[in-house]
Amino acid sequence: MWTKLANPSVFLRWSGAALPWLVALTLGLLAVGLYKSLLLAPADYQQGETVRIMFIHVPAAWLALFFYSTMAASAIGTLVWRHPLADVSQRAAAPIGAAFTLACLVTGALWGKPMWGTYWVWDARLTSVLVLFLMYCGVLALWRTIEDPSRAARAVSILTLVGFVNVPIVKFSVDWWNTLHQPASVFRLDGPTIHPSMLHPLLVMAVAFTLLAVTLHLQRMRTEILRRRVRTLTILEAERLDRRAAA
Amino acid sequence: MLGPHGAFILASYAAMALIVGGLIVASILDHRAQLRALADLEGRGVRRRGGDEA
Repeated sequence: MWTKLANPSVFLRWSGAALPWLVALTLGLLAVGLYKSLLLAPADYQQGETVRIMFIHVPAAWLALFFYSTMAASAIGTLVWRHPLADVSQRAAAPIGAAFTLACLVTGALWGKPMWGTYWVWDARLTSVLVLFLMYCGVLALWRTIEDPSRAARAVSILTLVGFVNVPIVKFSVDWWNTLHQPASVFRLDGPTIHPSMLHPLLVMAVAFTLLAVTLHLQRMRTEILRRRVRTLTILEAERLDRRAAA
Repeated sequence: MLGPHGAFILASYAAMALIVGGLIVASILDHRAQLRALADLEGRGVRRRGGDEA
């Protein structure tokens, strides 16, 4: 079944049907999430109202890691099975991951200034997230450097898998080193340490942002398939014109 | 309403809206450009030889 769904033409059909529903669901959840985050959630006893930045900063951080992991899984699909949709998925995921990593860095800096007294410190968590952003930029740049799509896909896949070593470093940096950034407070073995009045808005925003990112990923994958068809047709037309000129 | 650090909160939400909004607009424009290019090529009678390869 998965092989059939991953056929590019079949993918265009089912993703086209799913997109309007995903857009509606995303908009609905975003509206609920923003209402809860900006109006319902109480101020934190230490952070005050600034806690509201967490409701967008944390989902952005999760998605930054999620999309790099998606790219790494797609890279394996490209290198091992050479599935065309794996490369399409990787290429579509990179700008989304880069955007959410940038959003994570910017919102983190804007939270840091009033809470830590500085926009930036070179601690392990912040630095490893900056490295993650630079990895995304490197992957995007490499794609533009190599013209042949299959060669570009292999080179980018190798770079992506090498860069994946940074993902566990980002996740566990707060445990392995003494950082100014606080340790994990949601995904912990002993359960979340956040009060439910703040955890619920955070989880709603996380699901809403994930739906938004998945919707964008599907949309960009559709665009990437079209781009490859345009490239194929352009080459076919050039060959036809060459033959006509030679005749 | 947002306390003494309201500017930081508003700037955070504005930055997120700008980054995600930019990504959405760029995605839509890119998709439309590819659709136009494909329609243009097909309009000139260029067809694939067959197959569903991406």
